[in-house]
Amino acid sequence: MPTNHQTFAQPPSARQRVLDQIFGVLTRAAAWIAGLLVAVIVLQIAWKAVPAVREHGLSFLTGTTWDPKQQQFGILPQIWGTLYSSLLAIVIGGVLGLCIAIFLSEGFLGSFAFRVLSLFGAQHRRWALRIPDRADLLLRNLVELLAAIPSVVYGLWGIFVVIPLIRPWADWLHARFGWTALFSEPLQGPGLLPAVIVLTVMILPTVTALSRDALASVPPKLRIAAYGIGATRWETMLAVLLPAAKRGIFGAIVIAFGRALGETMALAMLIGNANKISLSILSPANTLAALLANSFPEAGPKEVPVLMFAALTLLLITLVVNVFGALIMSRAGVEKKA
Amino acid sequence: MLSLLAAFTACGSSERPRLIRLQGAGASFPAPLYGRWFKVFNAAHPNVQIDYQSVGSGSGVKSVIDGTIDFAASDAAMTAEEIERVPRGIQLLPMTAGSIVLSYNLPHVEELKLSREAYTGIFLGKIKSWDDAAIASANPGVQLPKLPINLVVRADSSGTSFVISQHLSAVSEEFAKNPGTNKMPNWPAGTRAKGNEGIASNLKSTPGSIGYLEYGYAETQHMPMASLQNKSGAFVRASTESGQSALKNAKLSADLVGWNPDPAEPASYPIATYTWLCVYRHYDDAQELEALRDFVHYGASEGQQFAESLGYIPLPDDVRKQVIEAVDKLAPGKTVASSQ
Amino acid sequence: MTIQSSQPFHEPFEGVDMSELERSLMRPRTFLDVAGSALTALVTGAALVPLASVLWMLVVRGGKSLSWNALTQAPPAPLEPGGGFGNAILGTLVMVGIAALISIPTGVLAGIRLAQAREDDRIAFAIRFGAKVLTGMPSILAGVFVYGSIVLLMGGYTAYAGGLALAILMLPTIVLTSEEALRMVPTLMHEAAVGMGATSTQAVWMVLLPTALPGILTGVVLAIARAAGETAPLLFTALFSNYWLVANGYLELAYPTASLAVLIFNFSSVPFENQVELAWSAALVLVLMVLATNLIGQALASRRAGAR
Repeated sequence: MPTNHQTFAQPPSARQRVLDQIFGVLTRAAAWIAGLLVAVIVLQIAWKAVPAVREHGLSFLTGTTWDPKQQQFGILPQIWGTLYSSLLAIVIGGVLGLCIAIFLSEGFLGSFAFRVLSLFGAQHRRWALRIPDRADLLLRNLVELLAAIPSVVYGLWGIFVVIPLIRPWADWLHARFGWTALFSEPLQGPGLLPAVIVLTVMILPTVTALSRDALASVPPKLRIAAYGIGATRWETMLAVLLPAAKRGIFGAIVIAFGRALGETMALAMLIGNANKISLSILSPANTLAALLANSFPEAGPKEVPVLMFAALTLLLITLVVNVFGALIMSRAGVEKKA
Repeated sequence: MLSLLAAFTACGSSERPRLIRLQGAGASFPAPLYGRWFKVFNAAHPNVQIDYQSVGSGSGVKSVIDGTIDFAASDAAMTAEEIERVPRGIQLLPMTAGSIVLSYNLPHVEELKLSREAYTGIFLGKIKSWDDAAIASANPGVQLPKLPINLVVRADSSGTSFVISQHLSAVSEEFAKNPGTNKMPNWPAGTRAKGNEGIASNLKSTPGSIGYLEYGYAETQHMPMASLQNKSGAFVRASTESGQSALKNAKLSADLVGWNPDPAEPASYPIATYTWLCVYRHYDDAQELEALRDFVHYGASEGQQFAESLGYIPLPDDVRKQVIEAVDKLAPGKTVASSQ
Repeated sequence: MTIQSSQPFHEPFEGVDMSELERSLMRPRTFLDVAGSALTALVTGAALVPLASVLWMLVVRGGKSLSWNALTQAPPAPLEPGGGFGNAILGTLVMVGIAALISIPTGVLAGIRLAQAREDDRIAFAIRFGAKVLTGMPSILAGVFVYGSIVLLMGGYTAYAGGLALAILMLPTIVLTSEEALRMVPTLMHEAAVGMGATSTQAVWMVLLPTALPGILTGVVLAIARAAGETAPLLFTALFSNYWLVANGYLELAYPTASLAVLIFNFSSVPFENQVELAWSAALVLVLMVLATNLIGQALASRRAGAR
């Protein structure tokens, strides 16, 4: 019990309890707002899609023609393109992003800077003391800078830089390995490969930044303990740190995957907008988001419900993918199921 | 909002005229020309700010039906049922016109003539190689390479696609059946690119490509354009004269809407179209209406001088007169009791 | 071994094989360790090549037209010399500011509530799941939603509507990352605070939030970066304006507003060189603005951490 000397530990005063209640109401309200927003948006899209669902039904999801004149609509190629491009992007981007996150959290660049400084014997000078940390911070900021580049600019980069660059390689791949399904079609300019490359670069900063945070927030005790029993750097990383940061890394991948599924502008410019289904990564394809971007501005009252149906499908795909991901992760032992 | 602003300025200096804002949206085709007009008009009338954003003809029409903007622009005008949905009524005003050209990438080929069968065949996917007889026969003495034809079409819904598919449907019955006239036709052949700029960059980077572009775009970017064979059999290049000749017989209805999808005069370029401003027939605010009327007067008269340099076809004189007559008929509707 | 002062100094452990204690690449564990680091460094280097490429393209093409004029003037007409995108810079600042004002408090508070939720809390589960689904929503739909609600209600395109559409895009990311950041705080700290008699609010404010601040900030910066570069939602809510947002000394938010993203979208699709160059400069300026936000955020976070 507190006497006349100060102590931190006390039961909360009445004022503090009131504030606690108020704050509780505020946070609950905010959570409800977030939840209701999702519900309202999804419901509005579903509501607008009803006329199209009634008219086209399931054939919409299995059809492959998109002909506004004949009022024949099918989005199977777009569904395929969305899934194929996003999965490839998240696999490649996830691995690359995780690598960069490990690079950042282990401070390799800083150590390297330190070594360079020590070559000149300058590593303990006053002006050199902060350079290793600053080097790591610089790299972090550079990677996060990628997130700031507008989608349109990524599209332009894809058109002006990526496509000319990969064209000779793509032609060689098609010539040599054209008999495999993966390269069976030639690159005609925009196509899956440039789109996947650009999409990977776009989701890289998300995966990197959030994974790095996850790795950085693993208690230092774990790392030190592992070193203490003789583990090498990589043994700690693989057996201790990554499992400890599993949750955060998985969260990063979920957010990045969502971004990949919904990416509009850059893919509209790079995917080639061809309504076909092909395993070849050199062939053009189409995605649901690109379809929306290309058709929505000119859509008349007849086409809007159809496009809303396509949007609803995209949201459903995101839902299914998230469920899948959650199942995989709960198998792998991450505590939270959501 | 505007009446508050009006009251505010009324309380202040009585000399300063009220700031009038007009917002438009719609087709991207006429946007550069309108942009130039707005700037010049604003310089002459500093209290009138007119803004315009390219969102596509369809979105512009939707917004004008919803009443969220003051005027729209559309390459495909507006259908009767769309006009019916607007309680204030709509007046369509053709403000400028343009042609659509077929641009190509064939190194060492400076002039290319495409007959009607040739270019419809290319779009139908029937003619697949540049050394095909249909193309070679119209171009004697030209060394056509043995390259496959890389046709590039629009991926997005657009008025440009509408106009060219309308023309192709008028020329070829097969095309009219499938894919037919549409803002986003289901092209039987060709790679798709987004926007004029997508087609242009595709054309520039792949030899053997051919695609359709707005004349202004191709001209400003100095891209080669094919001469197309019109109904009378002559091969015509796109230019101001050939475009105006094509528009001469685009009979405008009483609503000032009209097309000439397949002109017959020897001097006509085959693919040319007007583009329309969609204004309301009644505006609540008399000052807004007056500003709009002044602007349309300007656009239909002095504004036409900018048309050619930016790649548009100046309006024929009789059409200009009709536009001015039509805009003068717009009524103020309910006048706002504002400071005069 | 005896040491006698008259004898020369001997290396201790003379005659003992020291190689077992030295680091040697011949041993598999060491080799794998070095290989792992080398591989990571290589992969990182390779992954940074596209980054360098994009930034290089931006700097080279954008730097050409970057000038004081470009930053302070209104957009030019086609083929008209001069002009700039000053009003677009202001518009982006205003609309992203509105979006941040709406989404950051809501998002962080919601993240707090979700982090406090128990395992079996169905509603929290649903909200979290909804946020994940919403991250997959194409940005154009946020614009369409706000058009159907706010724009139709207010009878016109406004900066408010634009800010709201961007807020909808930012919210899911902020909610999810805030919750993650809070959950990454060691439970010991929370328990210690509660043990000292803190209410849950005090625990959050004085212990959890400050610790989780860097993580929350990462999420906020990522969300802002995305929102600043989005075009499609703005096309349906704020359109664009070739004039300044300011009139009679007031910031006019109830009108269509210019933004860097829409300007880049507009100017990159026209054939007029003067406008295309400005589009590149605008892209460069946008990226630099977000970098500045990033740095300010980091400075704030480190000051907070230092003051603790």
